Amino acid sequence: MKILVAVKRVVDYNVKVRPKADGTGPDLANAKMSINPFCEIAVEEAVRLKEAGVASEVVVVSIGEKTSQEQIRTALALGADRGILVETGESLQPLAVAKCLKAVYDQEQPQMVLMGKQSIDGDNNQTGQMLAALAGIGQGTFASEVKVDGESVNVTREIDGGLQTVGLKLPAVVTTDLRLNEPRYASLPNIMKAKKKPLDTTTPADLGVDIAPRFEVLGVEPPPSRSAGIKVADVAELVDKLKNEAKVI
Amino acid sequence: MSILVIAEHDNGSLKPATLNTVAAAAKIGGDIDVLVIGSGCGAAATEAAGVEGVRSVITVDGAIYEHQLAEEVAPAIVANSEGYTHILAPATTTGKNVMPRVAAMLDVAQISDIVGVESADTFKRPIYAGNIIATVKSSDVVKVITVRTTAFDAVATGGSADSKDGAATESAGLSSFVGEELAVSDRPELTAASVVISGGRGMQNGDNFKLLESVADKLGAAVGASRAAVDAGFVPNDMQVGQTGKIVAPDLYIAVGISGAIQHLAGMKDSKVIVAINKDEEAPIFQVADYGLVADLFEAVPQLEQAL
Repeated sequence: MKILVAVKRVVDYNVKVRPKADGTGPDLANAKMSINPFCEIAVEEAVRLKEAGVASEVVVVSIGEKTSQEQIRTALALGADRGILVETGESLQPLAVAKCLKAVYDQEQPQMVLMGKQSIDGDNNQTGQMLAALAGIGQGTFASEVKVDGESVNVTREIDGGLQTVGLKLPAVVTTDLRLNEPRYASLPNIMKAKKKPLDTTTPADLGVDIAPRFEVLGVEPPPSRSAGIKVADVAELVDKLKNEAKVI
Repeated sequence: MSILVIAEHDNGSLKPATLNTVAAAAKIGGDIDVLVIGSGCGAAATEAAGVEGVRSVITVDGAIYEHQLAEEVAPAIVANSEGYTHILAPATTTGKNVMPRVAAMLDVAQISDIVGVESADTFKRPIYAGNIIATVKSSDVVKVITVRTTAFDAVATGGSADSKDGAATESAGLSSFVGEELAVSDRPELTAASVVISGGRGMQNGDNFKLLESVADKLGAAVGASRAAVDAGFVPNDMQVGQTGKIVAPDLYIAVGISGAIQHLAGMKDSKVIVAINKDEEAPIFQVADYGLVADLFEAVPQLEQAL
């Protein structure tokens, strides 16, 4: 079966992002950019399914600026077969991203779409669910285990309070949680090989997708700050402070 | 304006997250109805009718809704959403799973995880692991919203709303429930506990979490963990507090052997009082802690248990 994997270029997870001084947006000047960690897990899972003989082809798609090619190449170096860039200079909102993915889904006709449960920039946690709704197919979100069985897939989901396993008819959308797998590192030969793998470029307009924004960011600000308190000398002083000063125990 | 709040429940009872979500709805203003979708969920619906500020409780009861599968629940929400200007659900794993599906079916955006209401169409929400708060203005006719429950104080109970039955939907036939493994614990739920004690990589292994459990038992606390502790396999993921785990804001949060990575702070920095116990005095957790104790946790935690 064919697997479509969506990946996003985001600021690296080690970067502590602050608002710009004028409050118009995050300050990302010169920030290191990477593949979104959850997307990397999705690529790894797809490649493992291919290695296990379950999947026959892994197609990677990213939606963003031309620079997103770097993240597609990263995915190709991890073992994906070919890439598609939906190029746009605008920062798309989740519904618009889901509509672009739906258009690519219709063209590619994959049996499974693997993607991250959220990107660590917008923290929206929406796109996979929206794609599943638009395509009229099932969704296995926050996956910690994916087992394909013929025409269906069992997805174990990380939910509040434990784990839930659902059975989904294929095709279906699966969004990854952190414990699904540990992504490999790309080897140098594979990085070289990835440069030769096919990468097609299209645009939202070519796909006929309406990407009009549905909300406007009026401004950004730092969260209320929390200042460091005091150091206590020992457990006795700690318990005394909690009882008599903070009055929380 | 009229607001539809999607109840969080387990059929037998209403989850407290619903009360926080109704509180967010009250800040938007207008009539508030609660939609209870489940199977044999009469008891949860009765409880919902007692939530203060609620006009009507609409119940959709059917076997296909028992396990809150998104493919079944989302069409039922859409079928009962006509005339509402806002549809709100708590940002729990259930709400996060279902609501984007609802939004896409309605062809509107979703505003995720709001922490503040500025007006009926403008909301505040954290982005970049909570390092930035964005003010977002929606231009959609219907606002689909998930609510960060820790940001809104629960409304009281003691009201008496009307009750009626809503429209049921046919099964989508896309998904089925296979099974679940829920952690069984006498301790309070992480997101609802007034005291939380969490362990990090410094705990060294899963067995050592027993140290935290004995303190938790004395304080009536829930036990949490950092992502580092979960990734190291010490404890299961449903204990994770952080950007990619649970968001908590208890009266007292005790961080033990946790360095204080950005993504952990995102899940607990709104706690009223934070205590950090760590042997590394340079650990970033001390920058947000009200009370810091630089000590070996294997000495300090048993002493703490004794002192309580």
